[in-house]
Amino acid sequence: MNQDIFVVVEHLRGQVADISYIMLAAARDLAQATGGEVVAVLLGHNAQALASNLAANHVLYGDHSSLAEFTSDAYTQALAGLLSKEAPRAAFFGSTSIGSDVAGVLSARLGLPLVSSCVQIADGNLISQICGGKIMAESALSDEVTTLVTVIPGGYKPAQGQAQTSPAVTTFEVSIAAPRVSLKQYIEPEVADVDISAENVLIAVGRGIQTEDNLELAEELAELLGGVVCASRPVVDQGWLPTARMVGKSGKSVKPKLYLALGISGAPEHVEGMADAEMIIAINMDPDAPIFDIATYGAEIDLFDLIDPLLEALEGA
Amino acid sequence: MTNIVVLAKLVPDLVEELEIAESGTALDMEWLRLIINEFDNHATEQAIILKERSGGEVTVIAPEAEGANEMLYTIAAKGADRLIMLKGDFEDGINNHALARAFAGAAKELKPDLVLTGVQANDDLDGSVGPLVAEYLGMSYVGYISGVSVSGETVVARKEYPGGLIAEMEVTLPAVLGIQAGEEPPRYVAISKVRQMMKTATIDEQEVGDLDASGGAMVQRMYVPEAAERAEMLEGDEEEVAARLVEIFKEAGLV
Ligand SMILES: Cc1cc2nc3c(=O)[nH]c(=O)nc-3n(C[C@H](O)[C@H](O)[C@H](O)COP(=O)(O)OP(=O)(O)OC[C@H]3O[C@@H](n4cnc5c(N)ncnc54)[C@H](O)[C@@H]3O)c2cc1C
Ligand SMILES: Nc1ncnc2c1ncn2[C@@H]1O[C@H](COP(=O)(O)O)[C@@H](O)[C@H]1O
Repeated sequence: MNQDIFVVVEHLRGQVADISYIMLAAARDLAQATGGEVVAVLLGHNAQALASNLAANHVLYGDHSSLAEFTSDAYTQALAGLLSKEAPRAAFFGSTSIGSDVAGVLSARLGLPLVSSCVQIADGNLISQICGGKIMAESALSDEVTTLVTVIPGGYKPAQGQAQTSPAVTTFEVSIAAPRVSLKQYIEPEVADVDISAENVLIAVGRGIQTEDNLELAEELAELLGGVVCASRPVVDQGWLPTARMVGKSGKSVKPKLYLALGISGAPEHVEGMADAEMIIAINMDPDAPIFDIATYGAEIDLFDLIDPLLEALEGA
Repeated sequence: MTNIVVLAKLVPDLVEELEIAESGTALDMEWLRLIINEFDNHATEQAIILKERSGGEVTVIAPEAEGANEMLYTIAAKGADRLIMLKGDFEDGINNHALARAFAGAAKELKPDLVLTGVQANDDLDGSVGPLVAEYLGMSYVGYISGVSVSGETVVARKEYPGGLIAEMEVTLPAVLGIQAGEEPPRYVAISKVRQMMKTATIDEQEVGDLDASGGAMVQRMYVPEAAERAEMLEGDEEEVAARLVEIFKEAGLV
């Protein structure tokens, strides 16, 4: 085993995903502690140009026609070969639709330990955020074998993992046998009536809103404040609002002047999409809700007690 | 006819206060309120939708835990055919590597065409169960799925990417899918129906023997996060909070 930190670069339809840069920044911190280098691993087909601004000591590029678009089986096969051969100290994957499909399989296939949801590096250890952001766990790297890590955003900015100069690229041999997963097609997101990422004021509702009928209350607030209603994943999964209104990891990223969160706990997957709002106001009955850690203002109060007085006060304003 | 196995686990209810065990490296399980992992609930719904659409059998496997019986009977009331509870040393919490080995052992016997599991659980620290089980069963894995259709030897799964983009993945069976959302919201079942299941359905208990937790995270400590900066909390009753909010909106030029 060597002391290098590998970062499996994620890209989708010709674009490097922000999580790749975030991972490179985290890997830099960890490499400083282990004394190794940061090595970006890029898989694709005619995709070498994507390496141009990766903040890595060097890039290992694997080219294969089966890697033109992400599929779990082909990626796993390509990476299993590379990781066994190179034996880095750690290998980073996004805690994403791409990274999560391969990290666990590789852990089981190669018998390597896996640490998920890592948000920070501290003194050469991995800090993970679990239980919707309510619990942190600090894990050590293995001294004997490669530790696999999935990374979530929050601890580093993408800019920290971008470089002005192109790193050196070397190619490695990829062999992929009869993949059992193939991409049929991409289906574009549905066209939405409003674009929540362009709105100044967002009234965001979470599971605390309880019923579809109660959305009416949020609509009234939105009208008075000149904004629109958006939601956390559970509200959309209930079918109460369309996917285009979802904020977070699987939804949209938003940056409004005001984000008023009603009955939202502030799980990392939600925060990922709204942490950069100019002003966040959180209404939640749970004093330990992680949303209060990122909000500008908060009130520990039942949202159903607050809305009527708030509507009245706004009407009088 | 598709033979579908759903893997379900109970997780901490995050609305409750969470505490760290004396060991300092695990959650305190004693006062923890457990609920079904919400994505397992979606996986269950997807399995039952597939069965209703094209026939087949749905078996649910869950590890023993406080509330696991009730969870299994609830899923039976929704339409699952077979219930299996894994019995072993699960009480103080185990990692997903150990759980996945136990799941795979039980699932193997059933020769499933399709294994559905939640994409993730809130207490995962060593990856989610799905990809681990897939590899232990020698099947392929695709996660972040919100829609499945089976046709012959393959399944087409709708894989979610950020912003609402979907990739349709064709996966050769048998396979494990990590379900993010079922095609429909999890159905509601009346308590009376669950009670009825408690009388009529049987839970097949299977001993799993020694658990093998290798491959998990090497946890040094767990702690409750302390934010460097917390929100400025607005005190007072709802009238006072409302008045203060309107002031804040005015200062920001929003009203
Ligand atoms: C792969 C993946 C992707 C995901 N992508 C997203 C995403 O894009 N967006 C997203 O939002 N989530 C996403 N999630 C889900 C995420 O993990 C959380 O489960 C979700 O954000 C929780 O939504 P919530 O805060 O509305 O619900 P909960 O976490 O259940 O919180 C509800 C909150 O409401 C409070 N509350 C209840 N009643 C009241 C009341 N009367 N008054 C005031 N407060 C009240 C409670 O105290 C609680 O804090 C994803 C999960 C996974 C695994
Ligand atoms: N303990 C449980 N086990 C299985 N399903 C449950 C359980 N609790 C609630 N559900 C189901 O989860 C869905 C949402 O329920 P609730 O979270 O109570 O609104 C409903 O379809 C219930 O049937």
